[in-house]
Amino acid sequence: MRSLFKFKGGVKPPTQKTQSVGEPIAAAPLPSHVSIPLHQSIGGTPRPIVQAGDRVLKGQKIGEADGWISAAVHASTSGTVVHVGPQVVPHPSGLAAPCVVIEPDGLDTWIDRQPVDISALTPEAIREALRDAGVVGLGGAVFPTHGKLTASKTVPMEELVINGAECEPYITCDDLLMRERAEDVVRGAALFRDLLQPKRVLIGIEDNKPEAVAAMAAAVKAVGEGFEVVAVPTRYPAGGAKQLIRVLTGKEVPAAKRSTDLGVQCFNVATAYTAWRALAYGEPVVSRVVTVTGNVERPRNYEVAIGTPFAELLALTGPRADTQGIIMGGPMMGFLVPDAQVPVVKATNCLIAHSTALFPPPPPEMPCIRCGECARACPHELQPFEMYWFSRAKNFGKTQEYNIFDCIECGCCSFVCPSRIPLVQYFRFAKSEIWAREAEKNAAESAKARFEFKQFRDEREKQEKAEKLAKAAAAQAAKKAAEAAAQADAGENPATDVPALDPAAQAEAAKKATIQAAMERARVQREAAQPRNIENLSPTQEAQVASVDARRSDTGGNENNQ
Amino acid sequence: MDFSSPPYALKEASVTRVMTRVLLALVPAIAVYVSVIGPAILVQLGVASAVALAGEAVMLRIRGKPLAPFLTDGSAVVTAWLVALVFPPLAPWWLVAVGVLFAIVIAKHLYGGLGQNPFNPAMVAFAVCIVSFPALMSQWPNQGLQLGFAEQAGIIFGFLPRVDALTAATPLDALKTALKLSEDNVNVASLLADQTVYGHFAGRGWEWIALAYLVGGLWLWQQRVITWQIPLAFIGALGAISGALWLYHPTQFASPLFHLFSGSAMLGAFFIATDPVSSATTPRGKLVFGAGAGLLAYLIRVFGGYPDGVAFAVLLMNLCVPLIDLYTQPPIFGMKDGQ
Repeated sequence: MRSLFKFKGGVKPPTQKTQSVGEPIAAAPLPSHVSIPLHQSIGGTPRPIVQAGDRVLKGQKIGEADGWISAAVHASTSGTVVHVGPQVVPHPSGLAAPCVVIEPDGLDTWIDRQPVDISALTPEAIREALRDAGVVGLGGAVFPTHGKLTASKTVPMEELVINGAECEPYITCDDLLMRERAEDVVRGAALFRDLLQPKRVLIGIEDNKPEAVAAMAAAVKAVGEGFEVVAVPTRYPAGGAKQLIRVLTGKEVPAAKRSTDLGVQCFNVATAYTAWRALAYGEPVVSRVVTVTGNVERPRNYEVAIGTPFAELLALTGPRADTQGIIMGGPMMGFLVPDAQVPVVKATNCLIAHSTALFPPPPPEMPCIRCGECARACPHELQPFEMYWFSRAKNFGKTQEYNIFDCIECGCCSFVCPSRIPLVQYFRFAKSEIWAREAEKNAAESAKARFEFKQFRDEREKQEKAEKLAKAAAAQAAKKAAEAAAQADAGENPATDVPALDPAAQAEAAKKATIQAAMERARVQREAAQPRNIENLSPTQEAQVASVDARRSDTGGNENNQ
Repeated sequence: MDFSSPPYALKEASVTRVMTRVLLALVPAIAVYVSVIGPAILVQLGVASAVALAGEAVMLRIRGKPLAPFLTDGSAVVTAWLVALVFPPLAPWWLVAVGVLFAIVIAKHLYGGLGQNPFNPAMVAFAVCIVSFPALMSQWPNQGLQLGFAEQAGIIFGFLPRVDALTAATPLDALKTALKLSEDNVNVASLLADQTVYGHFAGRGWEWIALAYLVGGLWLWQQRVITWQIPLAFIGALGAISGALWLYHPTQFASPLFHLFSGSAMLGAFFIATDPVSSATTPRGKLVFGAGAGLLAYLIRVFGGYPDGVAFAVLLMNLCVPLIDLYTQPPIFGMKDGQ
């Protein structure tokens, strides 16, 4: 038995998982339409490669990965593309994002699925295949999986952690996946193992899922691997990648480092499953298991086509009359979606029908009494109440001194706060403000660079023109001299119009002019490089600087004017 | 649709719940107080609570804050009870009222209300009153009050004359005066043998109240309302310095047992120094804060000009809190041992 480590903090909310584990995973019926967002992973937004009117098959690529950190997206059923353009997506902002809307033909016809011969492929080709199959982290972060499958060049890989902890209340999709499809999960883990070459593979599952632990242990044996299946104590957020790595290996991955720098990498069980399906069965990620629970009559897990509208999926479970809104994700880190028509995406692990009876609205926010409960609950050992003071005062530099970017927004602090302060919201606000300022600063810098380059270019063009003129003049002069010489020589040598001596002189003159022009150009370049920064501002730039200064002094004050 | 923010699941917790637990934890000590000293404390608790709530309501109205959530948060009543418990039980009602109003109006609301006060309001009240009304603040019954409830209330409200015979110094004060008056030829042990003043180990009657504070405080710790660092550091520091001097010169210095169970030591360790708003917040900071308060309390009560030092010790340490917190920030996840 492996001796486990502990992470500090954490909370124990009621798990609420039994409701949805009674029935096996069911295939959700085809929806009326699927709306597939192109941007379903961290990184670049895939480019659409279909247009309205196109016939597509299930599994056909509809969006091409944009850059290395990106992942392709695929049609989740066969049918006709009816629209390519902005549609509402599951994001707290309620903003629209580019989607491909497909009207299913009801046949659900697959593309020609070609299993990949993994042993014949180089690691590079396997990573590429995973990117093209749209394999991303299904634990919620949707980071492109192939981007995590490269070991550090300097640190040997020690542990590969497969995350089946599933610590959020209500969610059971990974539990059911492990119970029913354990062997494919294990084979996916073996695939990752082959790419990363770790010394050990550890599969961590919270001890409130004994069936999953047993199923995975049996599958490991059946597949003939030496992976360790470890039951970890149930405590939220034990399923956070960094927390699970800590519990299983004792290693703490700081925010500023990659886990591979510490010789460890972590993948969700569903990610391992889809990676295996993608390569061994030629099935790109077009569906996922989603827990549908909360204020519904028949909570259950469904295998759902990506792009299925939430409302149609929720309807399968019989939402009760007092249902108000749908939470995507769990009750700790999920969010109420702005519209019931938003589509299931790769990050959608759970839908919770929300009602005020289930989740009573919090009483009004009270002032912080510095009781420190939040600090005791924080799994990253931060001081949330200090970050809260500084976020409120918009003193963002101080929030960074208190390591706000180490916050994983798990919600433990808000969960325990006796003053019912929505701490995580304050931290998100502070983070987004800091990002916005960074972006603004970068924009100002690139505007400055553009302006300076334009000045340099104008100067250079002027110079080149002058050079050309000088050259032309020199050529003219040479020609005139040649003509004069020719005229002078005419009597002696009437046979030739062009003197034999002259080409050399002409070439000499042209060379001289070129050298002079080059020197002149270098001088002008040197001069153009001298003026800096604020000396040569255009009126627009001056206005920009003034507005930034004004806003800084405005928001730098201590008044809380939200 | 309700667009409240995650997490949607919340633990059952509120400021009222925290404050109610603090009040509950004081109940055993109040019960002992009533039985060994007399029911006068109940009058004082009532006066203090009423004045605190009235002062709180007026200040909330002036500051344009909603009344209901803040009047029911329990913080004003906690302040009121602490003031009543550190004032002499037969102090005139107006003295208690002045103390409570100073605590609520000046020490709390003028600094921004709940959660914003840099100083412990109840200790500010004590400090202001002992400086302004030293005579009244030093009249303590040296044994159980023989009067009935009506007479005790009559004295508090000024209907009956204050009888000097009823009041004396506290055991701490009595010991200090006795040592001062008697040059070098007196022995602490023989002084403390006088059970009519010093009871079994620390002060007749008062020692049992201190024990009840200890019991209530341990319950607060068990309930996770307070953490162990401040009380342990306070008691540890007070015990250590009193023990060291006692071992060094047992005829001149009282034992740690006497010091821990007299005056406001136990009340201070568990209920006053642990006030979250005005005390240090980091684990190491709490140790520094508690130890500092315990040490200063001893120095002030033994070598200073006041009979007890807990109030001034806590206020002085309140001053240091920003610095303590700044220099005791714990390392965060992944940033230990200089990774």
